[in-house]
Amino acid sequence: MSEKTHIDIDYTAKLARINLTDAEKEKLSQQLDSIIGYVEKLEELDTEGVEPTAHPYPVYNVWQEDEVKGELPVEEALKNAPAQRENMIVVPKVVD
Amino acid sequence: MSEELHYKSASELSQMLANKELSSVELTKATIARVKAVEEKVGAFNSFDESDALAQAEASDARRSAGKSFGPLDGIPVGIKDNLAVNGQPLTCSSKMLENFVSPYDATCIEKLKSQGAVLWGRLNLDEYAMGSSTENSAFKTTSNPWDLERIPGGSSGGSAAAIAAGQAVLALGSDTGGSIRQPASHCGIVGVKPTYGSVSRYGLAAFASSLDQVGPMARSVKDAAMLLQAISGHDERDSTSYRFEQPDLLAAIESNSGRKWTLGLPKEYFANAENTPAMEPILKAIDFYRSLGCEIKEVSLPHTDYAVATYYIVATAEASSNLARYDGIRYTHRAEKFDAKDSVDIYCQSRAEGFGEEVKRRIILGTYVLSSGYYDAYYLKAQKVRTLIRRDFENAFKEVDALLTPTSPSPAFKKGEKASDPLSMYLSDIYTISANLAGIPGMSLPCGYSDGLPVGLQILGKPFKEDEMLSIANQFEAAHDFKDQHPSL
Repeated sequence: MSEKTHIDIDYTAKLARINLTDAEKEKLSQQLDSIIGYVEKLEELDTEGVEPTAHPYPVYNVWQEDEVKGELPVEEALKNAPAQRENMIVVPKVVD
Repeated sequence: MSEELHYKSASELSQMLANKELSSVELTKATIARVKAVEEKVGAFNSFDESDALAQAEASDARRSAGKSFGPLDGIPVGIKDNLAVNGQPLTCSSKMLENFVSPYDATCIEKLKSQGAVLWGRLNLDEYAMGSSTENSAFKTTSNPWDLERIPGGSSGGSAAAIAAGQAVLALGSDTGGSIRQPASHCGIVGVKPTYGSVSRYGLAAFASSLDQVGPMARSVKDAAMLLQAISGHDERDSTSYRFEQPDLLAAIESNSGRKWTLGLPKEYFANAENTPAMEPILKAIDFYRSLGCEIKEVSLPHTDYAVATYYIVATAEASSNLARYDGIRYTHRAEKFDAKDSVDIYCQSRAEGFGEEVKRRIILGTYVLSSGYYDAYYLKAQKVRTLIRRDFENAFKEVDALLTPTSPSPAFKKGEKASDPLSMYLSDIYTISANLAGIPGMSLPCGYSDGLPVGLQILGKPFKEDEMLSIANQFEAAHDFKDQHPSL
């Protein structure tokens, strides 16, 4: 597993949608390699045929009636937007 | 009188309110005065709204005068961890990302407290997005341990624990993903309860790791914690992971179980290095106490304990990377002002770079890595299978015993900065609490003594949905000791 213990920090940070400085990349790479090295101890266990646990107890789909309920007023919904105008969220202009 | 109020129990204060020896306004004013007196030292609160609290207290007094009191919590100040939604109040998660966010709705547990007349009091500090074990990861401040201001209060509910220990709130809500209620409760010498997964709604709790998170009570006594847990638990159709279950009256159960002789298990893996663990002496004395009551003490084994931390940090970070993807700087949250965007992804990347702190970035990136193509089976799926083994360990142990006794934390509160540069060392400080979250069982910490003058917590782990038994076991210890009446000098 030793080849797994070096995290590709550029690729992973891009997937995570977080820009990192060079200093952050260096520091995080070392720390994450150490943590990944630690969690690889799970390989010691034979889990062949073991069902994975996604939740502590069985969870089934929960269906509600499709009915109209009181919605958040527009001004409330927009209150926390970084920028808003004419009942819409304003986003920066991006030109590809 | 106000000087005497801040360390009274919720049940005492509730009785005083019922007898009209005290008004909620008097109690709330005394609480505010206490916060003003000690907050500069403790730093438990991100914010508080005095006029709002007093308005709630006035409404409570008016109800009581009209003979329409809502019950034992009516008029009692309850502090709220700053990751729970309270309509019209800040909800920051101690993150720059949500620094200016005001919640437009109430969490279910908050609705329940409001419907029972509790005075919602302040926004309590935490590790950013509840990620941490020391409350040093808050973007706004570091909370101090009231027992030693040079030390951390534990985390992530460090603000809640410190506020209770310092007499700044009568009760408080925390959240526990890997020990975030129990570990700070242990370090601050108070009672903290992580309920069975699914017994308290997560609706309105800012999600960190959805299959592990639980809201729970923090208090100065077992009965106070039971009172608050009773108030917030129950099925909620707005949380699809909420369970339908019958919960007995917890306070009545505590009374009726007061003389019961339990069979209590000691997981041998938790005691393997007892002689090297500084905080172990009070734990061993507590075990002797239960033996003296006539309880049967049995050694049991949880053979996969050594894999819990690794399992937790895969599962929790994977879920965190997914849950925190919503913070993109577009609809709400912090948005970067200066960037040279080539495409919309650049906006997200820069906003998240500015908004999230170091620990949150570390966990999101780790979670993204373990879920990424080529690694999913090796890490995430593997961890979910090991989680099954850990859950089975508890199922097997509970065939033999009513509950388990363990230390809550390997050591008393450590000094600020001591583990800040070594995240793995920090993660290992949750080694005794994490398994309960993976298995979904209830757990609690209660004060059982001191090590070098610092509080030590005894952890009790119970059977699923058997909080009544767990609290009863805790109450037997508390009733025979005076730790709940010992407070830090501030």
